[in-house]
Amino acid sequence: MQMADLTRDDVLKLAQLARLQLTDQEVQEFSGELTAILHYVEQLQNVDVSGLKPTNQVNGLINVMREDTEVDYGYAPHELLNNVPKTQDNQIEVKRMVG
Amino acid sequence: MSIADLAAEVRAGKTKAADLVEKSLQAIKDKAEYNAIIVTLDDAARARAAAVDKDPKGRLAGVPFIAKDNFLVFGAETTAASNILKGFTAPYQSTAIEKLEAEGAICVAKANLDAFAHGSSTENSDFFTTLNPHDKTKVPGGSSGGSAAAVMLDLAPFALGSDTGGSIRLPASFCGAVGLKPTYGLVSRSGVVAMASSTDVIGPLTRTVEDAALVLDVMAGQDPLDSTTIERQEDYTVQPTPLKGKKVGIITEYMADGLQPGVRAQIDKAIQTLKDQGAEITEVSLPTLPLGLAVYYVLCPAEVSSNLSRYDGQRYGFTSGGAKDLDASFKESRSIGFGKEAKRRIMIGTYVLSSGYYDAYYKKAQIVRTKLINEFKAAFKEHDFLLGPTCATTAFAVGANADDPLQMYLTDIMTVAVNLAGIPAISIPAGVSSDDQMPVGLQLMAAQKHDKELLDFAAALETELQK
Repeated sequence: MQMADLTRDDVLKLAQLARLQLTDQEVQEFSGELTAILHYVEQLQNVDVSGLKPTNQVNGLINVMREDTEVDYGYAPHELLNNVPKTQDNQIEVKRMVG
Repeated sequence: MSIADLAAEVRAGKTKAADLVEKSLQAIKDKAEYNAIIVTLDDAARARAAAVDKDPKGRLAGVPFIAKDNFLVFGAETTAASNILKGFTAPYQSTAIEKLEAEGAICVAKANLDAFAHGSSTENSDFFTTLNPHDKTKVPGGSSGGSAAAVMLDLAPFALGSDTGGSIRLPASFCGAVGLKPTYGLVSRSGVVAMASSTDVIGPLTRTVEDAALVLDVMAGQDPLDSTTIERQEDYTVQPTPLKGKKVGIITEYMADGLQPGVRAQIDKAIQTLKDQGAEITEVSLPTLPLGLAVYYVLCPAEVSSNLSRYDGQRYGFTSGGAKDLDASFKESRSIGFGKEAKRRIMIGTYVLSSGYYDAYYKKAQIVRTKLINEFKAAFKEHDFLLGPTCATTAFAVGANADDPLQMYLTDIMTVAVNLAGIPAISIPAGVSSDDQMPVGLQLMAAQKHDKELLDFAAALETELQK
């Protein structure tokens, strides 16, 4: 599978998916840089991997469970809320989501 | 003096923790021009020193250390050297810090890094570039460049780093420090800012293998807060071991063309030392190794794009005030808060995970990863350890790779495979290159969960190399 170079529109579409707003200069730079990086990793396309499965996890652990009980992590809600940009009534305040 | 001896002096009351902390804080001030440190924890460190001096105990009693600024630590901001986390105050501490403190160690400062640990030089820090302790025109390597520089500038006896694709070993190599990347899962990552979760590990940067082993011994083990952690071996502290009879494989692909002559000469010297000591040296080829970087630069950005999606400007970190709606608030906060390399990796990761490209890039990379792991497993059937340089070059000049991200990525070509396989590796100093008088790093690897054997072997070789 030979990939084409990333166009300006491709970059803008990716930026939208990633919730990034790029300047015109960034769009231009990224289309060149990302194309070069993607071309580099394209060497993987020609590797013979017949009979092999993907690796997701390397140290052999499977489904690590904990007891389904209450855990005290040692900090209070207000300590977590201290880092929140905007709060109201001990809740995180965000802009309206649905019209 | 070793860290163990220093702690013993504190326990015996011969040395005061308070004096050690003051010495560290003063050294940080005196060496400020190297930009190794983002913030000092003066008050917290002094308070802890006073407590230690009242009741000096623990295997690291009174020993100051410096944490890479992607560790959550009480007493200062945790920024991961990024603008988007400026002002973030940790509500809890990383498990590694908790364990070190439980043995009496004292965190005195947070070290600079490439923002979110994305980089090989610290030039991607959103704040400033750390300079190499041996030559201020050179980079210290990255991403744990501040930690490596801090150790070699004597700002503290040890520092913590994180290693996702080489970020402990590369700066250790460039600065002449010891840098240990443990087996994946051996040290809890709870409370460390996530980069690429399938390869992230944390470990120590020190002046000697003995010190690195002691710090690992304190930090290693299962943690309910990190479900990827594995059972530890009983004891990681270094025991004397003969080099004679050890089967060491020299990695053909890492000794190929492209090594700087001065680097090759130092690695060859180390190999000769092993031969002289009676180690059994053979060449070993892992044909998929040169593809490791391509695998890494698919999987790592994919995981980065996922892990960095939590920085949305709503719950913590930087938020853009004037956005008209929620979507605009996400976009503006992330666009202003993230630096260029974070954006670049988020974009690549988004691409390789997007519909239509997932199988061709992400899944294919995961399968080639399996191929690489199989080659490592085969190599460790025949060899106790594998050996090669940590990097093909010594430290490069500040700015040398600034305009070419792909060239910067290539710096990691000899370190990433270890992360993909989850095996332990260590970079130890192998003298200086005759090309530029800069430090050369020797990389040693072992099979998964053979960290103890690796440390004993590295310590024995380190002793011989210093003779």
